[in-house]
Amino acid sequence: MMSQSLSRDTAARTLQYAAGPVLLVAAWWVAYATGAVNSDLLPSPFLTIADTVKNIQSGRLGVDFGATLMRVGYSILIAVAAGVPAGIALGANASVYRSVEFLIDFFRSTPATALFPLFLLLFGLGDPAKIAVAAFAAWLVLVFNVAYGVLNARQTRILAARSMGASSLRVFRDVTFFETLPQTFVGLRTAVSIALVVIIVAEMFIGASDGLGHRIIDAQISYNLTDMYGSIVATGVMGYGLNLLLLLVEKSVIHWSGR
Amino acid sequence: MHAPRQGVAGADVVSPRSSGRTRLITIRGLDKTFGGSTIYKDFSLDLPQGRFISIFGPNGCGKSTLINMISGLAPMDAGEVLYDGQTIQETRISYVFQNYREALFPWLRAIDNIHYPLKVMGVPAAERRARVDNLLAEFEVKIDLNAYPYTLSGGQQQTVSILRALVTSPEVLFLDEPFSALDYEMTLFMREQLQKIFMKTRTTMLLVSHDLEEAIQLADKVLLLTRRPTRVAEIVDVDLAWPRTAAVTTSERFTGLKRHCLDVFWRQVKGE
Repeated sequence: MMSQSLSRDTAARTLQYAAGPVLLVAAWWVAYATGAVNSDLLPSPFLTIADTVKNIQSGRLGVDFGATLMRVGYSILIAVAAGVPAGIALGANASVYRSVEFLIDFFRSTPATALFPLFLLLFGLGDPAKIAVAAFAAWLVLVFNVAYGVLNARQTRILAARSMGASSLRVFRDVTFFETLPQTFVGLRTAVSIALVVIIVAEMFIGASDGLGHRIIDAQISYNLTDMYGSIVATGVMGYGLNLLLLLVEKSVIHWSGR
Repeated sequence: MHAPRQGVAGADVVSPRSSGRTRLITIRGLDKTFGGSTIYKDFSLDLPQGRFISIFGPNGCGKSTLINMISGLAPMDAGEVLYDGQTIQETRISYVFQNYREALFPWLRAIDNIHYPLKVMGVPAAERRARVDNLLAEFEVKIDLNAYPYTLSGGQQQTVSILRALVTSPEVLFLDEPFSALDYEMTLFMREQLQKIFMKTRTTMLLVSHDLEEAIQLADKVLLLTRRPTRVAEIVDVDLAWPRTAAVTTSERFTGLKRHCLDVFWRQVKGE
């Protein structure tokens, strides 16, 4: 009885999850088949899927996927390596933080893509410029979140450690660092999605020879619509996958979060 | 759980120190202002060590502020606190916070929380383990200490906090309303536990309480404070036998003490 109702629950949930994608493909197909959308702009969903599968099998989509993922990865690595220490340093001192808060907020509000020309001047046309812009945008988000986490660390725990005679450095390493982790992960997830946006746009418009952004704009220019739609979905898969991965890591690393 | 009544209970009520003198906590000339209002002005007080002292007084009179200052957690504007002639830094002090949820380290298992103060002191792992094992055996702890604190009940979490405070064998243990976040049943149980710990260790304990009954039940002396600027209204001796069982807390002497403390308290609240 129990297992039966349990499997029925599972089946019902699977159906719920599947309903959205199925409806999307159905709506796409109806729009295509009835000619509601010009078929010069919208290919058949099944043709698109078939073409995408072919591109995956040939390995060409994988190459571009990997190139984009690599660029996002590098920019996040740089952002973390430079952003976490900077955030901690800023957060540790409220008056220092307030003195640069405006700058951080200002550049956080500036679209990173507006900085492309500047970074092209600084780094040239290659990968470094693309990675640098994405890293910069991700870095700002991380600094802000880490600093915020440090500033809002629970004072009781810090007092508790201090009452045991822990030195400031020790309090920082053993308490403040852990207190900051949940907010750091919030920043990290935002940083990854921003980096992905920046990298895709950079691949589209500043001299890339690979990457999903390059692939999408190439497919559009050569009017290969099935490839274009398929590549767009691939960027979605990357963004969703990265977010999911970080959520899973967060759940296992910061097991105490929210409890 | 319930320890049989100890036959010698009460024997310690008149217990002159073998040295013939009482070790003292001396507070001299304590000043503290907070947000422009004076909480303490030239506050001086002697308290005996090796005793259980409760602190009770009107809301906002600075009970917690007092123990935060004399435990070294909060700075004082002026004044001096000595434990038997030693400064705060020279004294082994432990502190149990009201909010155990925010005082324990949720990223560490309960057992590692208890180990932590010894780690900070630089005690080697083997000795640490031995000391923790001793402590756990002594108090017959029946909690799954491999669990993370957030999976434990409130009472269990506060027990872990208290064990963490005791593991360093402190000379003075401060407790800031340690049971006020627990339900009534758990509070009664924890009061019993704390008494056992006190009877066993005779560690100097300073307890801030907002519950007069608790303040009297657990203490050798109840320190009654006035409204701000805070002075000592009275130090009431509680010469009741330990352990303070339900029979003791419903006795005529107990209610008499409570009535007296309440009288002092109301006089302070009304500012007569």
